[in-house]
Amino acid sequence: MTAGGSAGRSRVEVRLEDLTRKYATTTALDRLTLTLAPGELVALLGPSGCGKTTALRLLAGLEEADSGRVVIDGEDVTNVPANRRNIGMVFQAYSLFPHMTARKNVEFGLQMQHVGLAERRDRATEVLELVGLSMHANKFAHQMSGGQQQRVALARALAIRPRVLLLDEPLSALDAKVRARLRDEIRRVQMEVGITTLFVTHDQEEALAIADRVGVMQSGHLEQLGPPTEVYSRPATPFVADFVGLTNRIKGVVRDGSVDVRGESIPLVHPDVADGPATALIRPEAVSLATNGDLADGPLVGIVIAVAFLGATSRVTVDLGDTTVLAQMPTSAATLLKAGTKVRLAMRTDPVLVQREEPATTAP
Amino acid sequence: MNRSRRRRLQIFRIVVFVVLGAFFLGPIGAMFEFSTRGNSVNAPRTLSAWTAIGTTPGLGDAIIASLELAAITSVVMLVLVLPTMVWVRLRLPGLSRVIEFICLMPLTVPAIALVVGMRPIYIWISINVTDSILALAVAYVILVLPYSYRALDAGLAALDLKTLTEAARSLGAGWGTIMWRVVVPNMPSAILNASLLSVALVLGEYTFANLLNYENLQVAIAYVGLTSAGTSVAVAVASLVFAFALLLILSFVGRPPVPVSKADEADLQTGRMVSLSGGLIGRTGR
Repeated sequence: MTAGGSAGRSRVEVRLEDLTRKYATTTALDRLTLTLAPGELVALLGPSGCGKTTALRLLAGLEEADSGRVVIDGEDVTNVPANRRNIGMVFQAYSLFPHMTARKNVEFGLQMQHVGLAERRDRATEVLELVGLSMHANKFAHQMSGGQQQRVALARALAIRPRVLLLDEPLSALDAKVRARLRDEIRRVQMEVGITTLFVTHDQEEALAIADRVGVMQSGHLEQLGPPTEVYSRPATPFVADFVGLTNRIKGVVRDGSVDVRGESIPLVHPDVADGPATALIRPEAVSLATNGDLADGPLVGIVIAVAFLGATSRVTVDLGDTTVLAQMPTSAATLLKAGTKVRLAMRTDPVLVQREEPATTAP
Repeated sequence: MNRSRRRRLQIFRIVVFVVLGAFFLGPIGAMFEFSTRGNSVNAPRTLSAWTAIGTTPGLGDAIIASLELAAITSVVMLVLVLPTMVWVRLRLPGLSRVIEFICLMPLTVPAIALVVGMRPIYIWISINVTDSILALAVAYVILVLPYSYRALDAGLAALDLKTLTEAARSLGAGWGTIMWRVVVPNMPSAILNASLLSVALVLGEYTFANLLNYENLQVAIAYVGLTSAGTSVAVAVASLVFAFALLLILSFVGRPPVPVSKADEADLQTGRMVSLSGGLIGRTGR
């Protein structure tokens, strides 16, 4: 039986229902409800302190909820201790047992399950192969790189054939190149095993790249839960728009279900917004720049002040006099631009979000 | 410049080593010399004081009692202190200062005051529970607390206890298994340190035993000294050498694993690349 062969068993539904967790002064989780479909990888994304790690730890049983339920495969495990939940977990900090070799680490969980010696050896070999580390089986943690240690940790978590896999920022201690590679590796292994997975990260690129669905969290709430493309291109709230990707904040006026920004009318995601002044949130890639045609002074004509080369794309900062706007475009299109170039902005008419100006608080 | 500085450092080291060595070994050497003197001024060297150790009444029992006490104290201390410290670190970090204060308190109280305080308890114990000398272990556990606490604290501080225990729990381990299979094996030198410090303290303890009317090694040495100075000094030398040997064991056995050399690291880097491509090949082959 291969690790992939246990896929049928691994595909279970996970439900977090109305979970609340309060610490002395703060509410880490506020009635969080989240369902992970069988075999799905959901990434929880948010700034530190948003409750994403608390949600994962409640699911793991490493912390207790003040109220709410954790249901795995139809079974209420809210009061089941962590060591009886059969959940595989990879931690942010290196968590290999320092006195054991990679193989012994992987076998540890199997020993806890009283798996016989021969089967233990076979399964350890199999999962170490799955993460591409069978040749390092006899090394200790201090003899391995950070990336290797995290892959052994992944193998160790998968060896016990857990019902759910939890990944608590497993890549954040690694350098950029190893991180991207291991990220893809984790996704490959997760799909191969077919295990329901919760991945917690503060890195939006990681979340968007790896997940079936991304949940963006803020102060203990889920702000939006959806496929990466949806979260990115149709953010549900200004916070999501701000947190996921870069956003231009340009003043405008809402009128009849669209927003008038510097003379251009752009439709709204939520057309029921009341008329009046508001700030439109516009993605840099929805802004294009033209260097020919009518460059007479106007609200959409500005001067390039910086061009940042990002590889395949470039990000151009344009000064419009009273504000600056970021535009992202293929590098080939940006080669003509340099600081001082006069350009005309055009904005794609995809629906946008607006944010109301907070009324200034007045003294009582 | 650099070379002469290194040489001066070398000389300094040797001087320190010789001076400290003389400081420690001088008195022991003198004791050994004294214990091998004959009975009169011109009598030849003799080991009769040493051979008398085995035949002096009560001395053998006292040695065995002290060794037993040392072992019991170490074990009870570990069983009591280590799980408590782990639990406090993980679950009640706010209490760590309090625990530290309690553990270090015996240092600040003179032994004589401790004994006076404990005397009524020991009278009660000797009447109602046992009159065995091993009851002293209770007092000795308190006596060794500050030293063992410090040693164990240093060992625990070197571990990422939270992550390791959480990883073990997620893999299905209960608390007993975590202590025995994860915590203890990862702090061997700290545990050895704490135990050997306890052993050395217990073997050298006199005040408690004497004032509570028990005859341990040091009390017996004092008694023997009244009748046969040579034998009493011989036993004292033997116990010092024993403690010294224990500390030597401590410094050699409890060493951390040799760190990875630069060459090994380079090797590991390439190893990672190879294994990664191995993983890719494995994937396409499936």
